[in-house]
Amino acid sequence: MKFAVIVFPGSNCDVDMYHAIKDELGEEAVYVRYDEQNLANYDAILLPGGFSYGDYLRGGAIARFAPIMPEVIKAAEAGKPVLGVCNGFQILLEAGLLPGAMKRNKNLKFMCRPVTLRVQNNETMFTSSYEKGDEITIPIAHGEGNYYCDDETLAQLKEEKRIAFTYADNPNGSVEDIAGILNAEGNVLGMMPHPERAVDELLGSADGLNLFKSILRNWRESHVTHA
Amino acid sequence: MYKVKVYVTLKESVLDPQGSAVKNSLHSLSYNEVEDVRIGKYLELTVKDTENLDQRIKEICEKLLANTVIEDYTYEIEEGVAQ
Repeated sequence: MKFAVIVFPGSNCDVDMYHAIKDELGEEAVYVRYDEQNLANYDAILLPGGFSYGDYLRGGAIARFAPIMPEVIKAAEAGKPVLGVCNGFQILLEAGLLPGAMKRNKNLKFMCRPVTLRVQNNETMFTSSYEKGDEITIPIAHGEGNYYCDDETLAQLKEEKRIAFTYADNPNGSVEDIAGILNAEGNVLGMMPHPERAVDELLGSADGLNLFKSILRNWRESHVTHA
Repeated sequence: MYKVKVYVTLKESVLDPQGSAVKNSLHSLSYNEVEDVRIGKYLELTVKDTENLDQRIKEICEKLLANTVIEDYTYEIEEGVAQ
């Protein structure tokens, strides 16, 4: 399986993402620059964390207009898995691929530490290798991870089981403890915690690896070749 | 040339963590008459003479300057700004 890791000016978790795919998952990963305009050759698209365009206006607001973004949107519409982590999640929100917006953390602090997440929905292409209700340890590192959406959107997210992960101990003030959400089709996931930083016990947790294994498993199941 | 002053604020319905922190600071300085603080952004655009200026500014605000999911914006256009 071939993963594209999109590199924006200011991305700083692209190497972690690449490492997770290449060294821990054992699949192919390729860095794709923000100014390229073709993602046709990739099976999954990864938007890493960082500070794209310095977050000078708002997290993700400027990256959303990068030349690669129409291709990311095209890939999402084609049903390919698209994962946005941290700043990548903010970019997906700004691009309208996921609903809602990010505000400054409730306590206004930048927080960088492992947190406990609950798997709310394990019937997705990103979470099928977890059990429902699993408690997993994944690090956060953000100052603007306070997820907000209006009541109508929240009701819809719940109704359609699009809340993939919640925080056990909400660190940032997100509505309903939301840590990660899916689009209606289930092939776009945005999450603030960093699964790519939890792919080996050496890093303090390997709980993030199952997310990437889930993507791979789903892809293999839908690309079975009958000899 | 025009000078366009754009004000971006969090919607009334959206809690403002920065505003709350500043309000608390004011209260700790005994400025208890301050009932609420909202923090926003102020942007100043210098814009060439353009057709449909008003429409263009709206577009600019909605596309990039404000995130209309959580933010409101207002703007003022001042004419005849010297270069």
